[in-house]
Amino acid sequence: MTHPTTEQVWDWLHQVPDPEIPVISLTDLGIIRDVAWQGDTCVVTVTPTYSGCPATSIINLDIETALRGHGIDKIELRRQLSPAWTTDWMSEQGRKKLEDYGIAPPQPAGGPTRCPHCGGTHLEKLSQFGSTPCKAQWRCKDCLEPFEYFKCI
Amino acid sequence: MAGVDKDMLAQFLLRMGDNTLILGHRVSEWCGHSPVLEEDIALANTALDLLGQTQLWLGYAAEVMGDGKTADDLAFLRDAWDFRNLLLVELPNGDFGQTLMRQFLFDAFHSVLLGRLLQSSDQSVREIAEKASKEVAYHVERSADTVVGLGDGTEESHARMQAALDLLWPYVGEMFASDDIDRAMAAAGVAPDPAGLRDEYDALVGKVMAEATLSIPDSSFAHKGGRTGATHTEHLGHLLCHMQWLQRAYPGANW
Repeated sequence: MTHPTTEQVWDWLHQVPDPEIPVISLTDLGIIRDVAWQGDTCVVTVTPTYSGCPATSIINLDIETALRGHGIDKIELRRQLSPAWTTDWMSEQGRKKLEDYGIAPPQPAGGPTRCPHCGGTHLEKLSQFGSTPCKAQWRCKDCLEPFEYFKCI
Repeated sequence: MAGVDKDMLAQFLLRMGDNTLILGHRVSEWCGHSPVLEEDIALANTALDLLGQTQLWLGYAAEVMGDGKTADDLAFLRDAWDFRNLLLVELPNGDFGQTLMRQFLFDAFHSVLLGRLLQSSDQSVREIAEKASKEVAYHVERSADTVVGLGDGTEESHARMQAALDLLWPYVGEMFASDDIDRAMAAAGVAPDPAGLRDEYDALVGKVMAEATLSIPDSSFAHKGGRTGATHTEHLGHLLCHMQWLQRAYPGANW
């Protein structure tokens, strides 16, 4: 039996949304590290964002569900810890989608460059931690709106 | 990795995982009770990171033990005398300042230790440290900021932070009290001898306390018995009653 190409599998995974920030996909987030066939088993290597992120098990379930939906029966998910996930692996498209959604994308400088709502640059940090482990809370002093910032890690 | 005694390696891994498990549980007790929402969220996030790291450390400990146990078995089915965490992390939360002082004293140690574990001769230890050190960099930044903010804050917050430091300082020495397990890990290149981390720790803590206008007690007395399991405080048993209750009452319960 022939199986779908790895490019095709990557494409399907690109359609799987992140369970907590559904505007970006798992591939945008950069957590899918490899897709390979071993015999008739599709092996997907995934790295966790934060070690305690409760979305990790949902992500694994979503990957399996998506691939089963495309007719792949034998799936193996491998956890890879090293190299540790970094926000540098987030796609350009993913960063753009985050900002459109109201979450400031990660920046090498360690803080947001502009408010995702009004584009203002007078910003202040409220807390290093936000509604999920991967985000911090900031506020724009121009439009006075709070917003979330995707932390650099 | 040749020549590492499996039992000793397992003990080292239990020390790592029990520190993060017990502190993670303690910090999670704040969930819904913190002075302000941002701090509540920050504490819950810190607890979550620590519990995630626990799964990695205890998961690997269970693998090394090789008797079919899981990380969950180790967390929920051991009694107090089998835990290998520092006494510091099992102490009650006290007020918010005391919780953050304990957090900083531990985070400073954790960040220094994880930095060294990045060079471990054991690949799994190296990988877990690589993951955990990124999270702990945020923990220590925040707990240091909070210690400075409260220490160099109002008369009331300063007094409470100084009282917290006076109370907790005698629990710091245990971090660096090496034994045969530490010497075996150091000889195999798995982990540094903690005694050798003291200068780096003192430099980091000294800098933050100076900025926080707090005085480090002039005493080297150290309570010990947590990391060896010989003498835990009475607080650990009470913590385990809460944490392990469900698995004790309904063995194997699952969701």
